[in-house]
Amino acid sequence: MTQRLHELRRSLLVSLWFMLLTFPIMVIRVNTITGTIRWRWSNLALIGIGSFVISVVWRYAMQRKTGEVRATGVFAQVGARVGAGAEKVRTVLDSPKVRVRLVSGLLAAAVAYPFLTSMYHTNIMITALTYVVLGLGLNIIIGLGGMLHIGYAAFYAIGAYSYALLNMYFGINFWLALPIGAALAGLFSLLIGLPTLRLRGDYLAIVTLAFAEITRLVLQNWQQVTGGAAGIPNIPRPQLFGMTMRLHQTTTFVYFIMLAVVILTIFVVHRLENSRIGRQWVAMKEDYIACQAMGVSIAKAKLTALGIGAVWGGLVGVIFAARTTFINPASFTVWESVIILSTVVLGGMGSIPGVFVGALVLMLLPEYLRPFAQYRMLIFGALLVTMMVFRPGGFIKKRRKAYTITEAEKQSVIEAGAEADEDTEE
Amino acid sequence: MVLDVQKLTMDFGGLRAVDHVDLHIQHGEIVALIGPNGAGKTTFFNCVTGMYKPTGGEIKAGRPEAEIQSIKGLKPHIITKHGLARTFQNIRLFPEMTVLENVMIGRDCRLKSGIIGAIFRDPRTRAEEAQVVKDSLLILDKIGLAQWANEAAMNLPYGAQRRLEIARALATEPFLLLLDEPAAGMNPHETRQLVELIRRLRDEENLSIFLIEHDMSLVMNLSERIYVMDYGKLIASGKPEEVKKDPVVIKAYLGEDVSA
Amino acid sequence: MNYFTEVVLSGLTRGSIYALIALGYTMVYGIIELINFAHGEIYMIGAFTALILASVLTIFGFNTIAILFLASIIAIVYSAMYGYTMEKVAYKPIRNSQRLSALISAIGMSMFLQNYVRIAQTSDFLPFPRIIPRFPWLSALPISMSSAQFMIFASTAVVMVLLTFLIKFTKIGKSMRAASQDKVMAKLLGVNVNKVISVTFIIGSATAALGGILISSYTGQINFYIGFLAGIKAFVAAVLGGIGSIPGAVLGSFVLGLTESLGAGYISSDYEDVFAFIILAVILIVKPAGILGKGQIEKV
Ligand SMILES: Nc1ncnc2c1ncn2[C@@H]1O[C@H](COP(=O)(O)OP(=O)(O)OP(=O)(O)O)[C@@H](O)[C@H]1O
Ligand SMILES: [Mg+2]
Repeated sequence: MTQRLHELRRSLLVSLWFMLLTFPIMVIRVNTITGTIRWRWSNLALIGIGSFVISVVWRYAMQRKTGEVRATGVFAQVGARVGAGAEKVRTVLDSPKVRVRLVSGLLAAAVAYPFLTSMYHTNIMITALTYVVLGLGLNIIIGLGGMLHIGYAAFYAIGAYSYALLNMYFGINFWLALPIGAALAGLFSLLIGLPTLRLRGDYLAIVTLAFAEITRLVLQNWQQVTGGAAGIPNIPRPQLFGMTMRLHQTTTFVYFIMLAVVILTIFVVHRLENSRIGRQWVAMKEDYIACQAMGVSIAKAKLTALGIGAVWGGLVGVIFAARTTFINPASFTVWESVIILSTVVLGGMGSIPGVFVGALVLMLLPEYLRPFAQYRMLIFGALLVTMMVFRPGGFIKKRRKAYTITEAEKQSVIEAGAEADEDTEE
Repeated sequence: MVLDVQKLTMDFGGLRAVDHVDLHIQHGEIVALIGPNGAGKTTFFNCVTGMYKPTGGEIKAGRPEAEIQSIKGLKPHIITKHGLARTFQNIRLFPEMTVLENVMIGRDCRLKSGIIGAIFRDPRTRAEEAQVVKDSLLILDKIGLAQWANEAAMNLPYGAQRRLEIARALATEPFLLLLDEPAAGMNPHETRQLVELIRRLRDEENLSIFLIEHDMSLVMNLSERIYVMDYGKLIASGKPEEVKKDPVVIKAYLGEDVSA
Repeated sequence: MNYFTEVVLSGLTRGSIYALIALGYTMVYGIIELINFAHGEIYMIGAFTALILASVLTIFGFNTIAILFLASIIAIVYSAMYGYTMEKVAYKPIRNSQRLSALISAIGMSMFLQNYVRIAQTSDFLPFPRIIPRFPWLSALPISMSSAQFMIFASTAVVMVLLTFLIKFTKIGKSMRAASQDKVMAKLLGVNVNKVISVTFIIGSATAALGGILISSYTGQINFYIGFLAGIKAFVAAVLGGIGSIPGAVLGSFVLGLTESLGAGYISSDYEDVFAFIILAVILIVKPAGILGKGQIEKV
């Protein structure tokens, strides 16, 4: 009991501290033109109560994390239920039969979606799927390779501008631009990766950030070629055998292109993560020194992750340009990169379902919760911090593939071992 | 000879951690490197395995059946591919990967498949992957870790983690195995098993073994030759009995029990 | 006054501000090896708090000198409080986890603080009051320096001297040096590492806030976004000089400030920001440890 009182007192102090800390910015609002001050005392109350509640929860969660307290009573029961439930869901999902059903169900729903909803919703879904691909691409670099990249939007920009410019100057069509945009993005990524190869990982973060800013600034200032801040209008929509399509048909068409790209991405990333190269990436992420010592070339592993990861940004960049028919540098700021990063981190670094769900949730929620739209970035920021403190693995934590070993195989291995023993004894 | 080190020197700023050390290992030997804390033993390992670029000296190594060649200053992964594999003093496994995958990473430098193969899973890639799983299981079985194959490495008990490091090193097909304090943190039972394992590996795998260890009974019991370092310099070398009696060594270890 | 001196003077002004911010980066990196992405936000919060306080004091009818001192000092104290709190909330709990986690947490913090100010105050540019009085005797100098510029140089110099003294001769300074060399060893020898880290954040935040206030009264306007670019550039300066090294951060800042000014003045002002990033790329390729940095070999 005294323990609990003590905790509450600490939280009260925290709350007072935050009231003091946020006072000038939260409470005072000066109108410099009229020379009047608005004292927003209600904000002070809000901070006081809010930080008290958050502090109570935070402290409790922290003690749970460090194992200082165990959940008791209702909490324990709820916790145990949720835990058991999650485990059950996991085992059910792990069975191949359920998986096939789930995936085919999802696929059917995805195919039916544009025909069941309006163009408005289809457009929102296209955006969400775009972020799924961006997230999966970045996931290769950060979730598998363990390299913090905060300039991913630059690849998106490179893809978009590749199509816009190649089309404007050389009349190259959408389908040809797709692979070109993807390849250019991959190539650029390798180029930025090169100078950081010898350096510790965190330099990559700042170099990628710098590179993304350079890209944006060049696009913005190279007026003659890129149209500068005004951007490039009238980019042709994707064509299908020269058919003329009406707007809503094009939207549906783009939706299916996006869906195909999502499926392709998931397929490729899934194959890669359980291959030799995927193992190299994960090993590099977990301990790059041991990884080198085990005979893996870090330079090669880094470059492949950077290159393959960036390709997806370029790919959807082309689709983005074709879909909006207008692009300008403002779409590719650093915060765009941070949003993509948030989807990966929240969903679960390294986990395909995690990134998939993370991107869908983070992109769809703000669309449908308009009143919260202005708090979006604030909440993302807070989520990134809380996530790192309490659940660095994200909502859906990646589990490594278990290799199923049948009894027969095990036996053959053991026999092979016995044979080898005999060989040496001879 | 499988390893021949001459006048190896390593400086960190003003600190000379390894100072003109000569050392060599014959094929099939078990050799120990001992010395007080901070003597420069791990640094010596790091120079040999390419983790540090030595300031001076020469390092040559090669398979017993081949000519030895210089490996000084090469990248660590190249040296591993050349056939020197190591473990770490403070365990460095890939904690979230499974035990099997840890060993599979060890096999990596002997594999060929690339990105295209990974995406299309052509028959060659599939065969190679199946082979890797099989080889890795075989190694785990040999080290006695097969029952944990699909467990995350971090969930293993401490002693098993140390053995997994050895398994992972073995997977690279080395001719020289460098073990940095393999018995650290093990209980006497685990240590005895470890001694047996190391002997067995030397006998059955055609290996030479080079180990750093503070556990004197293990060193005296296991190694055929011993090198002693202190303050970066080699202060003695020879058979266990000789080294044990060497007054210079006893002085370096002042207070520590060498005669165990 | 000719164009060249003007450009150089503006370069030195920038350099001074970068130095004030870069100190925090380099000190924090020196001790916990974290690129504190949210450091630029502290600089912005410093400027914002000063702006708010100065406006309030003006409305209450205080005189200029009082406003200058009160607003600046309170804003600096507040920023230090923010820095302290930020470390406790976002970095301390994950000090032992992967570096990636700490970096992501730092980015989250940066995003949070920016939007906190944007929502609680405004996303528009606000005019920053000229709180620095005019020093008539400055016109006696052979080169024409504005009083804001003079204040910037003078404050930077004073901060450098104080900081050097603090680190070289005080107990906490010794603890900081010990902790930056070997945290575990320092702890064993009785250094309170938590306290050292807090103090580092407090000092770094205070100097960044000072920089924020000075530059804002020089440029005359601020918004919630100013910390971002300034922060990145100060980081570039810290890397340029050799991250972890305090004299390095100062040197790097002046080199960066001058390069930017010269580049903008003689090549093209459109690409002003690009120069900083190009310099970063060049250093990382040519001398990754920076001008004064010692190339350390990671311990295995
Ligand atoms: N990367 C490095 N940078 C600077 N100094 C280093 C580095 N690596 C090792 N040293 C220093 O070199 C000396 C030798 O260290 P080393 O780790 O080789 O000792 P050791 O013999 O392995 O000791 P122990 O028995 O405690 O493991 C020590 O003083 C250590 O601080
Ligand atoms: Mg050692």
